[in-house]
Amino acid sequence: MNSGEFDLEQLENLSKKIRKQIVTMVFNSKSSHVGSALSIVEVLVTLYFNILKIETNIESYNNRTDRDRFILSKAHGSSALYAILAERGFFPLEYLKKYYTNDGILPGHLDRVSIPGIEFSAGALGHGFSAAIGMAISNKQSQNSGRIFVLIGDGECNEGSIWEGIMLAAHLKLDNLTAIVDYNKIQSFGRTNDVINQEPIGDKWKSFGWDVIEVDGHNFNELIDAFSAQHKKPKVIISHSVKGKGISFMEDKLEWHYKSPDNEQLTKALEELEKK
Amino acid sequence: MRTTFVKTLIEIARKDDRIFLLTPDMGYSVLEPFREEFPDRFLNTGIAEQNTIGVAAGLALTGKIVYVYSIIPFVTMRCYEQVRLDLAYNNTNVKLIGIGAGLTYGSLGPSHHAIEDIAIMKAIPNMTVLCPGDPIETRELVSRSYENYGPMYIRLGKNGEPKIHSEETRIDIGKAIDITNGKDFALITTSNTLETGKRWVDEWKKEGIDVRLISMPSIKPFDNEKIHDLLSEEMSIITLEEHNVIGGLGSSVAEIIAESEKKVKFKRIGLPDKFSHYVGDHRFQREKFNLIEKPSVDFIIK
Repeated sequence: MNSGEFDLEQLENLSKKIRKQIVTMVFNSKSSHVGSALSIVEVLVTLYFNILKIETNIESYNNRTDRDRFILSKAHGSSALYAILAERGFFPLEYLKKYYTNDGILPGHLDRVSIPGIEFSAGALGHGFSAAIGMAISNKQSQNSGRIFVLIGDGECNEGSIWEGIMLAAHLKLDNLTAIVDYNKIQSFGRTNDVINQEPIGDKWKSFGWDVIEVDGHNFNELIDAFSAQHKKPKVIISHSVKGKGISFMEDKLEWHYKSPDNEQLTKALEELEKK
Repeated sequence: MRTTFVKTLIEIARKDDRIFLLTPDMGYSVLEPFREEFPDRFLNTGIAEQNTIGVAAGLALTGKIVYVYSIIPFVTMRCYEQVRLDLAYNNTNVKLIGIGAGLTYGSLGPSHHAIEDIAIMKAIPNMTVLCPGDPIETRELVSRSYENYGPMYIRLGKNGEPKIHSEETRIDIGKAIDITNGKDFALITTSNTLETGKRWVDEWKKEGIDVRLISMPSIKPFDNEKIHDLLSEEMSIITLEEHNVIGGLGSSVAEIIAESEKKVKFKRIGLPDKFSHYVGDHRFQREKFNLIEKPSVDFIIK
């Protein structure tokens, strides 16, 4: 049960491929949240192709209760997760055309009955993080070696339930839990630290009792090291990322929380990704 | 009812090591026996109800059968979106145990009263809503909650409710229970009004009025058939609940009557659509809201 060791070049190529899928999906469905999906691509590629111990056969995946579990708490980044799961073989790539559309298969936010590999139905912020803590508590109580990984947004950290969970996870010393904060520094209606300043974000988590690692969220070496670091407390990886990463005109722009590319923008985006 | 709950849960937990009990820092003088016997399956998650419900969902999705215990407003309303999404939308095997039905926490005031919980909980898809009226119904429905998969809300009173049913009574989800066989009209109670309903029916009997007392602990699924049976008999119906008359037992009965082609006399007795500003204990609050003295039934009995 392993996701396989992919080398850096393979991981880079996968990221490029996933980004192409994301912009195409969002173009096809005229949906929002493309920027939020693009900022988490390297994190998801690292997890699903290098870190998570999971079976690739779906039936075996579900039967292995000691599998590692990943929860996308910022579920509006769903297009990235779908593209990853399809690439990883959880369901046919053609399903990606059924994203966010009438008679679709893949909903805008996550529904765990929609396709295999979705550990938790989510959409409202501040929910998946608590569920991940519950899973980590459960695995520890059952002496189950499965690890729990949960990705939350920086804006999501405005939610009170996140801080309730941060306190509990640290109190219980959940060393089987890793949170990733996608610190892309833009939330729904403004710059993250203009809305509510979270700096010094790492110190906050540390003072609450977590191991903290800050990384460039688009650098595979840093991500792999961070995920591989041993920890005796819950661990948080503050992933400094760029909203809309990989497509010049989308990078670090609030509007790409909402807009979807038109024909011309799609062509330009795909060309840019190809050149990288 | 609280003591019956924990006693029943301990018996279940002895047989099934998947049972897990969470509380957001409630349960003093109630939950200690469970905590002592199953320390690794009990967790005080702190005064943090939103996180607690999410944690419960995570435990359930990794194979546990989770009970969450608190005072009703805190385990339903404070964390309503978590209940709706983490428990119901995710269809997890989590049972919410709410203490303090209606005006139980009299003098503590409306923050601790529970007059809207049935309405909001029954409106959530996948959610089962159970409102036992005595220790037997509590014992039975807590057992059924373990035997049946899915998210459930169990609304309890507090302590000291008398046993109305005999010890050997079996009670099922979705089923009403006839307690008396009267023919003049039917009085349907739910939750902590069963005791009052029984007293009223005994008093009416002394006046020569023969009332069919029906306990309806299962609000969702609802025993529609029982209501249709009453309508077939052209029985007048009074409902009694310690809940806002909006969205509770009476509303469920009214919907069935309205959609039937039958016409019967019908009255909802419950709490008005108001917060209590009265200061006083449970009985005092009930007096103020006309839930102690039996109502006039002149509109039925001519």
